[in-house]
Amino acid sequence: MERFLAQNWTVIQPALFLVFTGLIVLLVDLWLKEEEREWLAYFSLVGFGGAGVIVVRQWLAVRGLETPITGFGGMMVLDTLGLLFQMLFFLVGFLAVLLAPGYLTRRRLQRGEFYALLLFSTAGMSLLAGAQDLIMLFLGIEVLSIPLYILAGFARPRLDSEEASLKYFLLGAFATGFLLYGTALLYGATGTTAFEALRASEAAAAPRENVMFMAGIALLLVGLGFKISMAPFHQWTPDVYEGAPTPVTAFMVAATKAGGMVALIRLLYWGLGPADDVWRPLLGVLAAVTMTWGNVGALLQRNVKRMLAYSSIAHAGYLLIGVLSGGVGFVAVLVYLLIYALTNLGAFGVILLLEDGEREALDIESYRGLARFHPGAALLMSVFLLSLAGFPPTAGFFGKFLLFTAGISAGLTWLVVVAVLNSVLSVFYYARVIVKMYMQEPVETPAFSRSWLVAGALAVAAVGVVLLGLYPTVVVRLITA
Amino acid sequence: METLLWALLLVPLAGAVVNVLLGRRLPRQVAGWLASGAVALAFLIGVMATLRLLALPAEERAYVTPTLYTWALAGRFEVPVSLLFDQLAAVMVLVVTGVGFLIHVYSVGYMAHEPADYDFRRYFVYLNLFVFSMLLLVLGSNFVLLYAGWELVGLCSYLLISFWYTEPQNAAAGRKAFVVNRVGDFAFALGIFLIWSAFGSVVYADVFEAVGGVAPATLTAITLLLFVGCTGKSAQLPLYVWLPDAMAGPTPVSALIHAATMVTAGVYLIARASALFAAATSTSAIVAWVGVLTALFAATIAIVQVDIKRVLAYSTISQLGYMFLGVGVGAYTAAIFHLVTHAFFKALLFLGAGSVMHAVEHGAHHAGEHVDPQDMRQMGGLWERARWTGITFLVGAAALAGLPLTSGFFSKDEILAGAFLEGHVLLYGVGLLTAFLTATYSFRQFFLVFAGEPRSEAARHAAESPRVMLVPLAVLAVLALGAGLVLGWPPEHGIIHTWLEPAFAVAREGTKAEGGAGLSPMTLLLISSVVALAGAGLAYGAYVRKAVDPAALSVRFRPLYVLLWNRYYVDELYALLFVRPFFGLARFLADVVDKLVIDGAVNGVATVTAGAHALARRLQAGYVRVYALSMVLGALLVLGYLVYWGR
Repeated sequence: MERFLAQNWTVIQPALFLVFTGLIVLLVDLWLKEEEREWLAYFSLVGFGGAGVIVVRQWLAVRGLETPITGFGGMMVLDTLGLLFQMLFFLVGFLAVLLAPGYLTRRRLQRGEFYALLLFSTAGMSLLAGAQDLIMLFLGIEVLSIPLYILAGFARPRLDSEEASLKYFLLGAFATGFLLYGTALLYGATGTTAFEALRASEAAAAPRENVMFMAGIALLLVGLGFKISMAPFHQWTPDVYEGAPTPVTAFMVAATKAGGMVALIRLLYWGLGPADDVWRPLLGVLAAVTMTWGNVGALLQRNVKRMLAYSSIAHAGYLLIGVLSGGVGFVAVLVYLLIYALTNLGAFGVILLLEDGEREALDIESYRGLARFHPGAALLMSVFLLSLAGFPPTAGFFGKFLLFTAGISAGLTWLVVVAVLNSVLSVFYYARVIVKMYMQEPVETPAFSRSWLVAGALAVAAVGVVLLGLYPTVVVRLITA
Repeated sequence: METLLWALLLVPLAGAVVNVLLGRRLPRQVAGWLASGAVALAFLIGVMATLRLLALPAEERAYVTPTLYTWALAGRFEVPVSLLFDQLAAVMVLVVTGVGFLIHVYSVGYMAHEPADYDFRRYFVYLNLFVFSMLLLVLGSNFVLLYAGWELVGLCSYLLISFWYTEPQNAAAGRKAFVVNRVGDFAFALGIFLIWSAFGSVVYADVFEAVGGVAPATLTAITLLLFVGCTGKSAQLPLYVWLPDAMAGPTPVSALIHAATMVTAGVYLIARASALFAAATSTSAIVAWVGVLTALFAATIAIVQVDIKRVLAYSTISQLGYMFLGVGVGAYTAAIFHLVTHAFFKALLFLGAGSVMHAVEHGAHHAGEHVDPQDMRQMGGLWERARWTGITFLVGAAALAGLPLTSGFFSKDEILAGAFLEGHVLLYGVGLLTAFLTATYSFRQFFLVFAGEPRSEAARHAAESPRVMLVPLAVLAVLALGAGLVLGWPPEHGIIHTWLEPAFAVAREGTKAEGGAGLSPMTLLLISSVVALAGAGLAYGAYVRKAVDPAALSVRFRPLYVLLWNRYYVDELYALLFVRPFFGLARFLADVVDKLVIDGAVNGVATVTAGAHALARRLQAGYVRVYALSMVLGALLVLGYLVYWGR
């Protein structure tokens, strides 16, 4: 008991807060009728907001410190990087909740577990953000993933949703195997799972001497690569993103990627920093393959969700540039993830509003002539797509600029060239949707659902995308402060 | 000055915003005049700013506004949002807003027949937005702002090319412009990154000051990348293919964006970065050669075209080639001079072509005949029927041909003289040949449209356009006729020279003309006159006197004619080389590698019909196993690399 109380609980305070909120949601759900369940959404908003307040306060406290606070025997750390990532997670969670209630009600899916699972998954990310130990990393990944397996199949009994869930689960379990095996190998090679000890180990100093160590790194990269949809471990992404209910897809696109990125940063720089000449060239090549594969794959997609899924693969590739750049690169990754999250949440919000009977109007053809009948939605969608394409002066342009300049200053010029070439390519499929919306006559206008909550989320996303494009300095200052 | 410049930039934007917000409640004519008024106001502000600049001593005529705010601040990377107003910017601003205003006014008449109010307003919103973007491009004080403007003008251009999007080929033309331009923009973006990594700044002043401290190889790389960007936006070889298709847009748009302003952005960029280009001599040589070859290439195509706007499109490409020849040989002032006169006479020609089409459409309507209003084979004899259009068009054609004393004569000659006096005799020769072709095709066009007897009922019943369209034509005709003499006489010492020379002082150091093969500028002027007159004379002989029969020539030189008629088959070549392989790869990756079957529709149908059993079966037999297998293979690769090769 004494040991239990002696732990530094503050380091997992935000995660705890989310978990408790989730438990209360589950509990309260038992007493609510179906039409009252929307209240759970509001309650979850409070949960995300509260967790946000906690991290902001922690961030203010931690900002000036020389040595970061650690907890749980050094397994968790409380530093600005982790806290900033957590702010991002909670913002995404907040916005994703805004997207959900209308969608769930329309499809009669309004069940309390939805919000609880969303909260649990975010708690997992929160753990990842501060992970300083392979076990903690593994724990975070699992807490993040298991709720998502269920959420992907939440539109039961819709078959594509169930299929997505099962596929995600099977492949995710497979990836977990790699992760765990890699952890075991690293432990075998060094006798420790703590990042600090790993960093100081003999194996890390001379990794090429130690086959087990090298194999461990490889398997960990495979496991994490799966989570961030890095090629060639990305194949699940289009299927799952297409099949999952749209609010879940939005959440996964925006948050899971961020979770995976922070895990990768923690592992590579905090754990495997001295061995960077081992993983650096490999990840560089994989980044190039990932962005190219994603963009080329997206070119001919006819389903909008599928297209954005491929686009998210491409963006994972861009983000890896920032990860590889280190230092300034982390700032770039963080800002890019924020922009990317806002943009994707916005785009999925519009997709979600374009309702066509039981399913969303997902075929690209249903966007024809949208500008005629829903000029607002078409304009928003265009802004989001242009931002994804990195078109100035939207936020996406700024984000790419930041990432690519970080890459160049880290000497990754060849990778930046590949990335810029790729972003040229990507314009093609983003622009295709805009052309459909503005330059083709509508066949039939899909019905359009209205929801204040979604409108709120869209407003936040749109303002963010425009403002971060025109005046990004504020955010960058806050982050680098 | 600061307020003035920001106002200059924002007034057209405000015009667009007001039209978006209030447009629905305003009568359509008001929307049009509102947009025109915004540009007129911008022009007046531009004049005021220029006068203020004029009051300063020549070497201090570069005003940078205080930084409004700093955009992006990561590591050492900073982009101050501020405007630069110097001699070069002043010239560009006056051209953009001045010609822009005339074209806005003309548009009010030209678009009057647009059936939907919505489309009429949309048109003017885009047009105002374009003027704003172009001003941003010209006024920005650093490469990133220039890039932002560069992309925005592109966006407006695509929107306006596909303005009548109900025609599928118009939408396709817009998309083509978009994609081709991205290729150029990609290089441009890389160039900016490289500038930043070499100079540690993207602000013009910082960069140009530090040129001496950068390795020549880096400079060459930077300038080459920037120039590839220019070949996209300014339609040079090999990326010119989008501009002829861009004629699908409304004619005033072709005049403003695809002749007078946006397509000259590349020339502006090189002139702006003249300090970089002058230091990178090998790039400058490439620029000059690409320019002059494009000029020749496009002129040969123009000579056989029958579509009134396509002739002008190829002529624009050709004339832009001249400007690149100018900046390539270091004759920056001459290039900008030609940019200005070209803006006048090409806008005039395009608006004139629009007026011709308007007249022929009217005739076709009257005669109940269906003709393509752009096909010059259906025209003829319009001189009698649309006299004002005819006179102004003649002025435009003369200026394009470079007939003595017109504006095009002075500016084009100055570029050629620049090439000759710098010792590039071969460049001069090709340029001169092109000048001959230019005179021929421009008068061929004039005679086909206006001379002889009408060749269709529509042409017979053609009628003059309304005054709102003729007034801008008249103003532009005066400018196209007189601007050369006013601005460019005497050669090398005209108003434009004394105004612009200080802006290029850095670039011009040490490259002063040494008087090539002993011919004086006046002799060169004389040669140019003779060539232009000869070209025009050939057209007169062929199309009025019928001394030479063009039809017989096209039979005699059939292979050449077919090659030119099909525009050297470049579009077909690109489709074969780039478009098809890419789609093939995309299909392969998405459908075969990632999916093994065609996805989407097939998938959905199968699931809905076959139910849970099918689901289970597919999971067992199908993709999951394949995906897992590919993960294993990927893992083996990673593992193999790290454990085996990596060591």
